[in-house]
Amino acid sequence: MTLALLFEQLLNGLQLGLMLFLMSAGLTLVFGVMGLINLAHGSLFMIGAFFCAAVAAASGNFWLGLVAGTAAAAAAGALIEVTVLRRLYTADHLDQVLATYALILILSEGTRIIFGPFPLYLDVPASLSGTVDLGLTLYPLYRLALIGFGLAVAVGLWFLISRTRLGVRIRAGENDREMIAALGVNIRALYTVVFALGAALAGMAGALVGAVQAVQVGMGEPVLILAFVVIVIGGIGSIKGAMVGALLVGVIDTMGRFLLPNIFATFMGASQASSIGSALASILIYLLMAVVLVLRPKGLFPPHA
Amino acid sequence: MPDFTKEHALNAVIALGLLVVPLWAYFAGEIFTITLFTRITILALAGVGLNIALGLGGMVSFGHAVYFGAGGYAAGILAQHAFNGAPLLGLSGSNQMLVIWLVAMAVSGLLAAVIGAFSLRTSGIFFIMITLAFAQMFYYFAISWPAYGGEDGLPIYVRNQFPGLNTMRPLELFLICWGVLMAGLALFATLRASRFGAALMAIRQNPDRVASLGINPFGIKLAAFVISGMVTGLAGALMADLSRFASPAGMAWTMSGELIVIIILGGTGRLFGPVVGAAFLVGFEVFFGGLTEHWKLWLGVVLLAAVLFGRGGIVGLIAGRERFG
Repeated sequence: MTLALLFEQLLNGLQLGLMLFLMSAGLTLVFGVMGLINLAHGSLFMIGAFFCAAVAAASGNFWLGLVAGTAAAAAAGALIEVTVLRRLYTADHLDQVLATYALILILSEGTRIIFGPFPLYLDVPASLSGTVDLGLTLYPLYRLALIGFGLAVAVGLWFLISRTRLGVRIRAGENDREMIAALGVNIRALYTVVFALGAALAGMAGALVGAVQAVQVGMGEPVLILAFVVIVIGGIGSIKGAMVGALLVGVIDTMGRFLLPNIFATFMGASQASSIGSALASILIYLLMAVVLVLRPKGLFPPHA
Repeated sequence: MPDFTKEHALNAVIALGLLVVPLWAYFAGEIFTITLFTRITILALAGVGLNIALGLGGMVSFGHAVYFGAGGYAAGILAQHAFNGAPLLGLSGSNQMLVIWLVAMAVSGLLAAVIGAFSLRTSGIFFIMITLAFAQMFYYFAISWPAYGGEDGLPIYVRNQFPGLNTMRPLELFLICWGVLMAGLALFATLRASRFGAALMAIRQNPDRVASLGINPFGIKLAAFVISGMVTGLAGALMADLSRFASPAGMAWTMSGELIVIIILGGTGRLFGPVVGAAFLVGFEVFFGGLTEHWKLWLGVVLLAAVLFGRGGIVGLIAGRERFG
């Protein structure tokens, strides 16, 4: 175990964390503003990845694919908001769970019908292929770009929410939906916009991650569950909490998988250390969630505290 | 409930139908139908377990697969140790269903106590996400722990035994499962009619009022959650014996989703709701799965319609609203 390896894993953790933030931001925004638990958020991630891979393969241009994936996820999000989800804002959480579970089935099978049963592969864009020398270690340029991209989107989102007119309305919608409707804001349109925004972020994350993993049906749900862990840790409805939670989960998960087998190897056999270490590493973030729940049942940054 | 209502009649028809069809299938030589009905009874039992937490207590657990899976692993691990003679924590394994059922219920009850103690500190959307996350934690643990099969699952080479019956015969295995399901339903009905059940349902409606009466809502909910997990765990043990395989897939989040679907489609909180829901789900899969490989799309459409337009599930549709008194 060297310092260079440790640094590389830290960057990997940061990259996972920022991609998780893109997923969690939409999820937590939709809950904060509309009070909706959306299981189909992972499907929007998948849609982004599939459209990006298909368009990038057809046009030969990754960036065109990224735009297409983001737009497709936003459009799919707006569509399901208008047709299904807006009927569920006042329903209880059980109905929301069941309806969005049904949407997962529909969107997954729909994707399989459109794109076929086999995984698609998305190449890293040529301009971002290769590695870059960071002094301590060589690191893939694309993964470094993901970190930069994630940070840029996070700053953009912060600006949108705290500095623009739309952001004011979104924040007002979180606090008092009747009041802002009475002030003449079209609350239904606002909800559709918020949902499409969250969907676009999820689709963008899917498209970006699609270049480093297989693009296949079912790719969204593991990420969705990680995003749940993130927003439970961060506090449901809080963008800041989503950022902190995402970075914690990303770094702890990645470092745990790397460090635990090594730590166990210092006092037991290598194969046993590797199996116990990796089994323990896979549950580390859930233990973190349990600890946070005991100390702060509403998460680290509960909104309206 | 002194009156004989439409729902009582419906329940009697379902319970008998569930028994008569496999008996007919036995004489007609339709082994596949018997196995199908065994699956329905086992899934129904898992649903009855969840119905205690979700239907009576209003606790939307999206992680009940963990108890189903744990019950399956209890069966698989005990059978493996009985098969190869290796001691397990100093004791020997077992291939007796009755022993396995007790262990499966103990293990899943313990898990439910731990998960419930954390999760029940929260409510609403937090509770849904946390139960899902904890179930996922055990799922990942199961697939990354190589001693008992890891990702491949754990085969049960010889089906476990039940005194006086031959479990390798499909009909006899079905009768065991049917009997356990009826016992589970009797437990549900007894709980619902008891003082404990009354407190549990009152907590679902208003925990603060119940607390002001001097009843501790947390204790009641945790007890119900543990019982709920135990029943679902027992179903998991039966499923492992039916498929002769303890599978990590039984712990996956999709299984938790299926259990919720079973309850809501059948009728939340209704005694026979999970039975009807399980029969519908398995029947839907067999029928539409034979017509199109994209049957899950149509299942999604049906579910969506049930949420948006249906109230009270299939039992509610046939027997009307639930009556109290």
